[in-house]
Amino acid sequence: MQKSRIDQSFYVLVYALTLLAVVITLYPFLYVVSVSLSSVEAIDKKLVTLFPVDFSLSGYRMVLQYPDLWRAYYNTIWYTVVGTVFNIVATCLAAYPLSRKRFFLRRKLNFYIAFTMYFSGGLIPLYMVITELGLYNTRWAMVLPVLVSTFNVMILRSAFENIPNEIFESASMDGAREFTLLFRLAIPLTKPTLAVLTLYYAVAHWNDFFNALLYLGKQELQPLQIFLRRVLIMASPEVLQKMGGETAATSLAVSTLQVRYVAIVVSILPIITIYPFIQKYFVKGITLGAVKG
Amino acid sequence: MDNKGIPLGKLLRRDKALILMFLPIFLYYFIFCYLPMPGILIAFKNYTPGQGIFGGDWVGFKWLLQFVNSRYFWRLLRNTFLLAFYPLVIGFGVPILFAICVVELKNGLFKRFAQTVTYLPHFISTVVIAGMIINFLSPTDGIVNTLLASLGMERINFMMAPEWFRTIFTASGIWQSFGFSSIIYIAAIMGIDQEMYESGRIDGVNKFQEVWHLTLPSLKPTIVILLLLSIGSIMSVNFEKVYLLYNGATYETADVISTYVYRQGIESQNFGFATAVGLFNSVISFALVFFANRLSRRVNDMSLW
Repeated sequence: MQKSRIDQSFYVLVYALTLLAVVITLYPFLYVVSVSLSSVEAIDKKLVTLFPVDFSLSGYRMVLQYPDLWRAYYNTIWYTVVGTVFNIVATCLAAYPLSRKRFFLRRKLNFYIAFTMYFSGGLIPLYMVITELGLYNTRWAMVLPVLVSTFNVMILRSAFENIPNEIFESASMDGAREFTLLFRLAIPLTKPTLAVLTLYYAVAHWNDFFNALLYLGKQELQPLQIFLRRVLIMASPEVLQKMGGETAATSLAVSTLQVRYVAIVVSILPIITIYPFIQKYFVKGITLGAVKG
Repeated sequence: MDNKGIPLGKLLRRDKALILMFLPIFLYYFIFCYLPMPGILIAFKNYTPGQGIFGGDWVGFKWLLQFVNSRYFWRLLRNTFLLAFYPLVIGFGVPILFAICVVELKNGLFKRFAQTVTYLPHFISTVVIAGMIINFLSPTDGIVNTLLASLGMERINFMMAPEWFRTIFTASGIWQSFGFSSIIYIAAIMGIDQEMYESGRIDGVNKFQEVWHLTLPSLKPTIVILLLLSIGSIMSVNFEKVYLLYNGATYETADVISTYVYRQGIESQNFGFATAVGLFNSVISFALVFFANRLSRRVNDMSLW
């Protein structure tokens, strides 16, 4: 009986700690969403602490009218879609040859890519190469320099290696060439791994700030993250006023607070909506990485 | 597979499809990884933009010495080290504790919910995270200061206070990552042999003892290897987050080597000097990886490569 009392207190503690973790993680997001959905007066009086007060969409109405937001949004979608397609194609093309045991350059090429994980030219030489290639201020600066991640190539390579060799052998006996083996066998058999890698690449493109900061001086090409930085961090009064609009002349300070939180919600909405559906793959993805990392 | 004794020409012909397939990847690595490598020599040159990557006159160790002797040297080294060290030391237990809790949850729905929610911050951009931090801590309309004021306390201008930077950076870093980092521990706990728990139960071990004497010792290899891996990455403090959170007022505790390289190199176009500083950073970080690997071989009989 003594033991079961102790065990009970153990479970109370476990549930309490988990609940605490959930609340701490969730609260900031809930607060941001609530402010974005409240009326300007309620925010002004600091009434919003948990749920929206005087539900209102006026913040969204203002922000969504702002053309710079849409341009940045369009750019981010472009970088994410084009970038991820290039990433996945390139990762398959890299991982497949490296997984073929009889390929005579296999060891050398494995070293060729792994070496770059330990040694690099550093920020400035890379910046110089990219500008000298004429990629500065072009959309390709967001795609080509991050064409593959070595780590992801290694994950896919080991997924390909885990396919029983007999499958490949019997197919090549039937006359299948390497490209057919890759597209008809290897890729369909590693769909879950490819789903995880697609997710990782897509999220990385959606969130990419650093490459844009370095290589995109032109405002027309800048993605959402650079736009968000102007709104959220530099709190550029010019941008906020334009976005907050002369319509909400009541209290600029408060309406700009709402503008900022609306911008956060609008920018993370796609991730939040897609994310629960793909979440089940995460565990697989991270353990994949851990096994052969 | 053994390719010995097969002439090169024959191998090339046999594997030409694989070679063709790899060609774009080969070019990618050549252009974006190998081509910048000789650019490191700029660290030893007097270089002005527009001279091309191989241009400029040799100046030897001038830039490196200038950096080591500059008044920012120790500040940058200390900040780089501390901003990696604090999240590591203070934060490393949190995902372990959380993983143990998640595994013990009996309610499947709550378990899934808790995992979904806590993984989320990992997928949110650094700009949004930094934006939330700055706006929550804003002295005029941030929720934290509103709360402080309603409790009758002084408002604090957090983002302008050097003494607050490390706390903010560390706490938010733990908040962002503990859920996602717990995945690897959850997987490790699931892999523990269940028979051990059963025999423990027969011996009358309670749940606390079970965690302390069975679960934690079984996690030791995972914990050690992750700790060692993070030693290797000490010098690569999250550039984006520091860059987005810091400002002139907080350089004293916030400025790290990578942000200094960015300001010197990209903003001020001191390419030679910035490359030298970056090189200094890479050398230390390579030494740390090397040291971590040696240590892991000795402690754990495991090595990272």
